[in-house]
Amino acid sequence: MGLLDVFRASRKKGSAAIAKERLQILVAHDRAFRNRPSYLPKLQQEILEVIRKYVEVDLDAVSVNYEQDDDQELLELNIVLPDAAARS
Amino acid sequence: MARIIVITSGKGGVGKTTTAAAMAMGLAQRGHRTVVIDFDVGLRNLDLIMGCERRVVYDFVNVINGEANLNQALIRDKRCDGLYVLPASQTRDKEALTKEGVGRVLTELGKGYDYIVCDSPAGIEHGATMAMYYADDAVVVTNPEVSSVRDSDRMLGILASKSRRAEDGEEPIKEYLLLTRYAPTRVERGEMLSVDDVQEILSLSLLGVIPESQAVLNASNAGIPVVLDNDSTAGKAYGDMVARYLGDDLPMRFLDAERKGILGRLFGG
Repeated sequence: MGLLDVFRASRKKGSAAIAKERLQILVAHDRAFRNRPSYLPKLQQEILEVIRKYVEVDLDAVSVNYEQDDDQELLELNIVLPDAAARS
Repeated sequence: MARIIVITSGKGGVGKTTTAAAMAMGLAQRGHRTVVIDFDVGLRNLDLIMGCERRVVYDFVNVINGEANLNQALIRDKRCDGLYVLPASQTRDKEALTKEGVGRVLTELGKGYDYIVCDSPAGIEHGATMAMYYADDAVVVTNPEVSSVRDSDRMLGILASKSRRAEDGEEPIKEYLLLTRYAPTRVERGEMLSVDDVQEILSLSLLGVIPESQAVLNASNAGIPVVLDNDSTAGKAYGDMVARYLGDDLPMRFLDAERKGILGRLFGG
């Protein structure tokens, strides 16, 4: 370790902590996505088609969210209906 | 039936081939009949690291295609009894590795060997998925660095879902973490992720920590697996890795920075 390194170290101290924090967020996100059932996109598509038979909603009005805990799986559907004024 | 170990990582340049050579040599030194296979078709390098590049006549793809038999293609290591190298093809397309072909060769090798070490290419493409498909154990080689850790985690997802064991609903591949190019001084300065940091993120069973060492480059220059260099920290750490894999309970070494000279004492702590 040279003298220069010592000064450099004091300036950059703690970049490992930033790396760890970024990785924890990223890995948690990747894992959540990885464990999603593969039928989700198709499910979302078909639900949207059914709803559009009855209500005029946007193409992105249906969102499907999947979460997994140790002892339960949660499938969350969120459908955004248009404003009352826009409905016929 | 041989135990199949894949050395994998996702990211390139983290030390897969060095680790595969060390693992194979270490197992053979302890009396286990071992073959190490290079899965990096088109970019073979295991032969160089093992120092047998001038003895390659036939390769893995020749055997799969029936152009040579295993005995013709396997290269016997001159330093250690019971160690053989199956080199990758340098000229073929990586699609030449078919699932059936690889399975056939591994089954045949399984009759005569205790361990089959598969050196995976980088990436998550065909060659890498073929290297891990039949594995019983996986050593995920990781550098304490963001892109390597992320790629390792991605590889864990693939090991859990796209292997033969996963497809057949068998017990999953046993996954081990091997941290390489570890620089304790940088960890102490807060510049590098520590073993504990990486463990916390990946939550894998830790097989070893290989310190950053000049011995690794010297070994690859000479074509001598670094595990044979008993004077170097990396060589010793690789030896420990093999012993741990075989069930020994050894403490991790070389995790703390060496204190050298007055500067180290003044500023190191």
